[in-house]
Amino acid sequence: MSINRRQFIKLAGLSAVLSVGGITAMDRMKANASVLPSGARATASATGQIFGESKPPLTAKRWGMVVDLSKFETPEDYQKCIDACDYIHNIPDFGEKKDEVKWIWTDTYEHTFPDNNPDNKLNGEPVQFIPEALKEKPFLLLCNHCDNPPCTRVCPTKATWKRESDGIVMMDQHRCIGCRFCMAACPFGARSFNWRDPRPFIKNVNPEYPTRAIGVVEKCIFCVERLAQGLQPACVEKSNGGLIFGDLEDPNSEVRKILSTRFSIRRKPELGTQPSVYYLIGGIKNV
Amino acid sequence: MFEKALVGSKRYWTWIGVLLVIIGVGVVNYLHQFSYGLGLTGMSRDVSWGFYIAQFTFLVGVAASAVMLVIPYYLHHYKTFRRIVILGEFLAIASVVMCILFIFVDLGQPMRVMNVALHPRPNSVMFWDMVVLLGYLALNVVIGWTTLGAERKEVRPPAWVKPLILLSVPWAVSIHTVTAFLYAGLPARHLWLSAIMAARFLSGAFAAGPALLILLAFIVRRVSSFDAGREAIEAVAKIVAYAMSVNVFFILLEFFTAFYSGVPMHSASLRYLFFGLDGHYEFVPFMWVLAILAVVSLVLLVIPQLRNNHTLLPVALVAVFISTWIDKGVGLVVGGFIPNPFETITTYSPTAPELLITLGVYAAGALTLTVLYKIAIGVKEEVGT
Repeated sequence: MSINRRQFIKLAGLSAVLSVGGITAMDRMKANASVLPSGARATASATGQIFGESKPPLTAKRWGMVVDLSKFETPEDYQKCIDACDYIHNIPDFGEKKDEVKWIWTDTYEHTFPDNNPDNKLNGEPVQFIPEALKEKPFLLLCNHCDNPPCTRVCPTKATWKRESDGIVMMDQHRCIGCRFCMAACPFGARSFNWRDPRPFIKNVNPEYPTRAIGVVEKCIFCVERLAQGLQPACVEKSNGGLIFGDLEDPNSEVRKILSTRFSIRRKPELGTQPSVYYLIGGIKNV
Repeated sequence: MFEKALVGSKRYWTWIGVLLVIIGVGVVNYLHQFSYGLGLTGMSRDVSWGFYIAQFTFLVGVAASAVMLVIPYYLHHYKTFRRIVILGEFLAIASVVMCILFIFVDLGQPMRVMNVALHPRPNSVMFWDMVVLLGYLALNVVIGWTTLGAERKEVRPPAWVKPLILLSVPWAVSIHTVTAFLYAGLPARHLWLSAIMAARFLSGAFAAGPALLILLAFIVRRVSSFDAGREAIEAVAKIVAYAMSVNVFFILLEFFTAFYSGVPMHSASLRYLFFGLDGHYEFVPFMWVLAILAVVSLVLLVIPQLRNNHTLLPVALVAVFISTWIDKGVGLVVGGFIPNPFETITTYSPTAPELLITLGVYAAGALTLTVLYKIAIGVKEEVGT
């Protein structure tokens, strides 16, 4: 990994500040993910401002996302979001389903909302009185960052937890023992396991983000590392307005404004997990 | 007392040798899995628990079933069980050893297993499962070893063991209840999200465990001079008959709610397992073997003349054992993952290395059991009881 002068100064400055709090540069990833006490975090962002480069971190009481499917018109519209995530987070591509690891992906309406589509048969035909455009429309799926997540409840080692400050369901791949209880608990199939060494299957390694070891669980973390740098999640940035990210607890946020004017649905709301990802299905066209 | 396990006939050492070879094969395959990852098994993103966790679940029940001997003997002073109760306690120890090994081989990062103790989350049922399993292991080791030691010296067991024995009764119930809670509290696994899960686990356990115990007692009688006694065996067989009846009843209750309610997702896993779904029939033959054996075993066990026929009894007990094993050791865990959260079907079947590792763990359990039974029988032969 080669770094230029700018990056070196940035890293050195950050390391100096962080080591005051007894935290080494090795923990930079985690430190940025604002697990630091708020005082230290404020200092870190102040340092950024002194060097005049990084933006203040994006913060919220509870992060949420609105998926506006009318903005996704071509397969490329989806793929751009997925590719950005895959590259930034070093997602391996095994080329087969069994070992698959994915943080954001597409699936049909029928599979995304199976409860709305019971497999009852009417005269031998599935009951599916829905718009034709919806039947073939791909939906973007990712971790719902539930307000009441069943996956964190079951973890025996606190390797996954809901961050109290902003509601993001976090994952510590160094703590995880690989018992996969969280995968059984997640109603949305959002979690992946490293069934084998992922490193040889990462096409382009992003040196800014850790790769994972064998035998641990991983999933979407709403790009906590980017939020700490004042950046929107990677998929949101590439979505041309199709993905709107914001604070669900702030009545003036963009997501709240959209949700108060347009009808949205969430996946499996009857389970009480309170997903933070909302889908707008009005105005969609065939892809 | 351990020295009794170090002297034995040629047949004894051959058996030990065979077990060690099977364990060795398991270890070699485990080392392969350790370096390659759990991708060596048939598990996938959709079916993320498989054969290992299923065996674990089944064996927790076998372990818990020792209580079916402890209650009559220690709580009701049913002296007929005096000779057989130690077999139950030692079977519990061997079963818990296998449970722990099955959890261990299923971990993606086994070297971090101590994180469960270092960073425990009291909300996690898995944390409590570890607590109750290790506690149950300790209780049975202490109780079994102390009472056997007292028997050898031909004295009464020390008074402090009695409270531990009393504690072991609810503790046995707890291990299988907590294991059921691993499954029964997950929001979107419809097969598992059932209030009767823990009760069903216990009834199945109290059928499978004592059935295995009688079969072991028959084997012990054949290879040594130790006889648990006809009356004791017939009393345990009666326990199996009741437990199996209740178990089948509980399974039928699941069917009623799932199918009469007409809620498609509540019956989806049962439909997949027993009848096939969307062109997938992988588990159907197993589940019908389960059903047929359950009926056969009930006929053979419920009618006293058939139950007390010691030629037919082993047949009935093998039927109970296989039927309950398919229920928990094959269908239940994998069935919970099929269909997946997208209501599509990803199938699962264990791979050869996965089966060899499983076999290795069973051999380790058999070795533990052999050594413990050798000691117990040695002591009983020595004092002539």
